[in-house]
Amino acid sequence: MNSVATRIKDLLGPEIAGPGFAFLAVMLFFGFASPQFLSEATFGSVAFQLPELGLLTLAMLLPVLTGGLNLAITFTANIAGLTVAWVLQANGGVDAGIAWFALGCVLAVAVGAATGVVMGLVIAYTRAHPILVSLSMMIFVRGLGEFLTRGGDVSGFPAFLQPIGHGSILGFPIPLLIFIACVLLWHVLLTRMKLGFNTYMIGSNIEAARYSGVNTRKVIVLVYTLSGAMCAVAGIIMLARFNSVRVGHGESYLLITVLACFLGGVNPFGGFGRVIPVFVALVVLQLLSSGLNLMGANQHLATAVWGILLIAVMILRWLAAQLMILNRRKG
Amino acid sequence: MAETMSTGGVKPLLSLHNINMTFGGIKALKDVSFEVLPGEIHCLAGENGSGKSTLIKIITGVYRPEAGAVIEYDGQTFSHMSPVTAQAGGIQVIWQDLALFPEMTVAENIAFHTVIGRWPRLVDYRHMRRTALKALQRLGVALDVDLPLKDYSIAQRQIVAIARALVGEAKLVFMDEPTASLTQSETDHLIDIARSLSVSGVAVVFVSHRLAEVLEISSRITVLRDGALVGVYPVEGMTQSRITELMTGKTFNQQVRAKPVGDEPIVLEVKGLSRPGQFEDISFAVRRGETLGITGLLGAGRTELALSIFGMLKPRSGRVWLNGRPVRFSSNRKAIEAGVAYLSEDRLSLGLIQPQSIADNLAIASLDRIKSGGLLSDERKRRLVDRWIADLGVKIGRQSDAVSTLSGGNQQRIAIAKWLATDPKLLILDAPTVGVDVGARAGIFEIVAKLAECGLAIILISDEVPEVYFNADRVLHMAQGKMAGWFDPRTCSLGQIEAAVYG
Repeated sequence: MNSVATRIKDLLGPEIAGPGFAFLAVMLFFGFASPQFLSEATFGSVAFQLPELGLLTLAMLLPVLTGGLNLAITFTANIAGLTVAWVLQANGGVDAGIAWFALGCVLAVAVGAATGVVMGLVIAYTRAHPILVSLSMMIFVRGLGEFLTRGGDVSGFPAFLQPIGHGSILGFPIPLLIFIACVLLWHVLLTRMKLGFNTYMIGSNIEAARYSGVNTRKVIVLVYTLSGAMCAVAGIIMLARFNSVRVGHGESYLLITVLACFLGGVNPFGGFGRVIPVFVALVVLQLLSSGLNLMGANQHLATAVWGILLIAVMILRWLAAQLMILNRRKG
Repeated sequence: MAETMSTGGVKPLLSLHNINMTFGGIKALKDVSFEVLPGEIHCLAGENGSGKSTLIKIITGVYRPEAGAVIEYDGQTFSHMSPVTAQAGGIQVIWQDLALFPEMTVAENIAFHTVIGRWPRLVDYRHMRRTALKALQRLGVALDVDLPLKDYSIAQRQIVAIARALVGEAKLVFMDEPTASLTQSETDHLIDIARSLSVSGVAVVFVSHRLAEVLEISSRITVLRDGALVGVYPVEGMTQSRITELMTGKTFNQQVRAKPVGDEPIVLEVKGLSRPGQFEDISFAVRRGETLGITGLLGAGRTELALSIFGMLKPRSGRVWLNGRPVRFSSNRKAIEAGVAYLSEDRLSLGLIQPQSIADNLAIASLDRIKSGGLLSDERKRRLVDRWIADLGVKIGRQSDAVSTLSGGNQQRIAIAKWLATDPKLLILDAPTVGVDVGARAGIFEIVAKLAECGLAIILISDEVPEVYFNADRVLHMAQGKMAGWFDPRTCSLGQIEAAVYG
């Protein structure tokens, strides 16, 4: 019994306390404030909206754990979506076969990974700051995309894409299933693989990791590569959801992904943080905006409330730390 | 009871009594007294961790001693000092790291604090230059005050730090380990400066655990051990070995461990290894079960040599053989795979990843050994850690605690365990007792001796000559990047090696 409890604790880590508490608070508040909140409709809308922000947050998480950042995530997702769109358009548009879509996806992931490889190599070898490197990549990808699309939408895709954005299997939305698969993949990567282990070590002290024999350059390049590949997955889901691609889709998610990591207990300076608490944090953010929507609030107000929530979390964390110090003094 | 010595009727400039200080349940200072006479040159001696720095931090107001302390300075009585009263009273400390600004000019470094807060809050460079030149003149040193400090050597930077102390109208100057990185002639110059300060009425306190140079000019010596006062002694008739005995309380029961190694197979052989500017033409061999000591002053090229064997630096010329095979490692990963381990001299920032857990720090270099089915296994990691902390006698709370929560000695054991877990053939220990309490050091060397018995080849690098003298089978002395001599601890005395290293 006890060992099961500790195993669950190990799985979630101490970081779960914050998002777990926020989850309960949001459920209780909206559960009482709005009778429709605890309904299938709410969870349906959350389940369909969660994956876009969620996949981008996964893309942000790995660089943040190394003490870096990837500011190019949203535009990398766009350019990956465009890759799929072009492959489909060049091969029949609405009539393109599923094989062409598969090829498009492979190319999209390759394009996303390629942006990551470039950023990773520059960061690892020149020691330039990840903010500057990824900002440059963001500007490049955005400019390239706008140039190639002339700033417009690309649309007109085969009908079989529809279920990927809107369909369900056994009542679970397909985008949500893809997202959960990616969450599990990241969880295994970070807790059970050498790359994940070394990601944490590099985030705390890259030089000490190097002295211990960690190939720090390889880890950094792989981290940004995986981040870019995950952007591509987000881009493909966005393409299927909107049935179109435009450079700038999802742009407002960029900083929210950083904050979602933070809300999920990830150390903003790197070295600490787990996937599952970040997942819970994302659910909280999505529930919050759905709840506010139900109560008739404007979408923009929901964004503002996210900001307030994050500030409140910071103050609460500080208070919790103070309490712990006080307790230790007494003990 | 601590011995004390009469001050000959002179009223002390500084006197402290009943000084107690506790950190996290550990007594750092126990009922310590300390006196400095006006204009004297005084020696504050003690091993690392004996409480020297804590005492200075109390005198300069960084720490507040426990209730009951009496501090008299320059005719006034305090229960504790504050940084402001210490500064205003003319107490200056030249820390070992100097606390200077490398990018700023010499003049700015010496005189920046004279312009802070002065109306009209503009920086008066001419005033700063004048002040700086005057301070340097007083020391009889000519430096270009307009050059950035980083253009100067460590010894010259130290002079800049002293000049800065003088600008503050110093009456009492503490110098923390001032000779650790100086050559003999630089040390001589520093001693001349201390002498002229003393003549002009400034009291100087040398804080050191290596005293040969300082002994000749000090008048009295205060010895601390494990946070308690051992005594205050006149320097006349004091020998270095007597001071070492007072500092450690046990030097004379320390045994030379050196043993003949016979014809065990050679593990590492190095021939003509050079890296210009760092080390030149180094050749030696280490056999299975042998402990080779390498000593020399800071900056003698020891660490660079070790890093070159470990694959983290590229030697310009020379050859290395491991177990009889020529090797040229392109990275330390290759060296680790081949069975070379290197314990960094800088445990805090390079040896361990301080915020991360004990378990992860121990497992980081041997992740391939805790895999099961291609994935890392928490269970195998836990077993690996359990095994090593039992083998090395490390006291820990939980495996998931941050390694920074451990004491220096236990941290070092974790760092050693990290390398032992990689199953090395050659273990290079670079200054393994830095920041380790006196009591815990013997424990570290017990481990080293056991490892040698088990057949590991060990290179023990230390600038503490006694460490290599007592714990190595052979001692190589390096000076300015070159091999300066070989010593066999079984046939030579500690003094002979020390004379060669510091002489």
